[in-house]
Amino acid sequence: MSRRARLGWSILILGLYLLHQDLWFWRQARPLVLGFLPIGLAYHAVYCLAVTFLMWGLTRYAWPAHLENPLRLNRRPDEGSGR
Amino acid sequence: MIPALIVFAYLAVILYIGIFAWRGVRGQGAAEEYFLAGRSLGPIVFLLSLFGTNMTAFTILGSAGHAFANGIVTFSLMASASALVIPLTLFFIGTRLWALGKQFGFITPVQMLRDRWECGHIGTVIFALQAGLLVPYIIIGVMGGGTALRAITGGVIPYWFGGGIVALVVMGYVFFGGMRGTALVNAFQTTLFLSFGVAAFVVIGQGIGGFPSAMESLLADPDTGPLLTRERISPLYYFSYTFIPLSTIAFPHIAIFCLTARRLAQFKGTVVLYPLCIMAIWLPCVFLGVAANAMTGTPAIAQKLEARQALAIAPAEMPAADREALRRQAAGDDVIPVMLEAFAPLWLAGLLGAGILAAVMASDSQILALSTMFTEDVFTYYGGTARFGEAVQVQTGRAFVVILTVAAYIIALGAPQSIFDLAVQYAFSGFAALSPLLVAALFWKRSTKWGALAVALWVLLAVILNARAPGLLAWFGLLPVVPMTVISSVLMILVSLATPPPSAATLARYGW
Repeated sequence: MSRRARLGWSILILGLYLLHQDLWFWRQARPLVLGFLPIGLAYHAVYCLAVTFLMWGLTRYAWPAHLENPLRLNRRPDEGSGR
Repeated sequence: MIPALIVFAYLAVILYIGIFAWRGVRGQGAAEEYFLAGRSLGPIVFLLSLFGTNMTAFTILGSAGHAFANGIVTFSLMASASALVIPLTLFFIGTRLWALGKQFGFITPVQMLRDRWECGHIGTVIFALQAGLLVPYIIIGVMGGGTALRAITGGVIPYWFGGGIVALVVMGYVFFGGMRGTALVNAFQTTLFLSFGVAAFVVIGQGIGGFPSAMESLLADPDTGPLLTRERISPLYYFSYTFIPLSTIAFPHIAIFCLTARRLAQFKGTVVLYPLCIMAIWLPCVFLGVAANAMTGTPAIAQKLEARQALAIAPAEMPAADREALRRQAAGDDVIPVMLEAFAPLWLAGLLGAGILAAVMASDSQILALSTMFTEDVFTYYGGTARFGEAVQVQTGRAFVVILTVAAYIIALGAPQSIFDLAVQYAFSGFAALSPLLVAALFWKRSTKWGALAVALWVLLAVILNARAPGLLAWFGLLPVVPMTVISSVLMILVSLATPPPSAATLARYGW
């Protein structure tokens, strides 16, 4: 994975972490989503879906497949075997 | 009686599953088969079992009780934070643990740490600390089993007998089935959790005449309206909670479980679906816990609400015993059983009983992990396996399972649960503060055994400080877990930089 891709994934993870600290719905119960879910609760249900999507992306595009080959444990997939 | 019968049928089924798994545990490679299911678990069992291993009685009962008292914040505090942090730790740390286990044959995290940092007795210190932090969970599991069976059978089965039955069943399938038996039982239990949450949600929703009206009535009352917001919780306290899920990968039973996957790709489904599983179980439980506040027509819940109000206006000079009695009366850990009793058919109440038992029996993985750690990190490390052979090693592991379960049962009969409830809370912070050990070992080549020792000693000191003087480490309104983890990380860095690194040969074996 390129340096740029690593940076991109790091920003995405950090961004999702920051979205967990949702001060914007702190004192708010309405609207009731689907007529019964307070917005703060519905937000975090959707948040779980967003995390699922991020995890899907990580496993699809940033999967550490090189770990299948143990000798490459701490090497990036784009690195050669000699060091 | 029907719920009790369903629960006993459930106990028989899981005992059968565990003993059925026994067939594979013999011959060459018996230790790896018994302790790690031969590193051969498939994707579905791996996901369901890893998730189930991490579910406790708190997930079903405690989460609803917490939400009953504190509102919707319970979900974001404990569930959605875990939905992000736990899969990330599995992705970054779990996969590397698996790879090292595959390459070097490690069965426990301490084996890896000893090899990575070229240390012996420091590994034993880490083993002792992990074991000490894990024991309260096992005792709580036995206590929960006794309490649950007594409640389900309406007191026909006394606490001591119920605890004994649960301890025997858990001991039975861990003893015979090892990791494979435990994993299959956990997978079955997770399936039960998932179906229970949805069924309870639908039945109770119909019973109370729809959730929209319940929510409107809560919003109309100034006492209960804030339960649908997070205004009673400080943002710093909320932020602190995101550190707690770091404990998951540092729990020995989770780290050991990461070694059971057949292939690295097995992690993919678990990493992706873990947040969905958390949502599927926690969302109904938290929502039902909040909605219970609207059920003022149900006598058991009305009594809890009255006790809560009495507690809120209690004079400062109220005797501590009276205050504690009110607190117990107001506690909402049983709101889901109460709601089901009011609205659900008997079969669902029985399913609930089995679900509760499944949750409290999460101690199976911890018993097996302690047994694995003892045999690998102590028995084998100090020459036992070399001297007596692998068959004796597995028998030692089994003997340890029996001794541990019997000891936990005896302690559970004599000690008050509140002590162990507190111990479990400290243990969460302790394991979270141990997570820098794994991160340093796997990602930082300059880390050293002395850094690891400093972290272990600091965590021990911090857990003792927390127990002796609660609040001492709660700086700036943060939970103690934050300073504990930050100081662990700083100690690892400073002490490692001040001490010699592992040899170049060892670093080369780890790909550096």
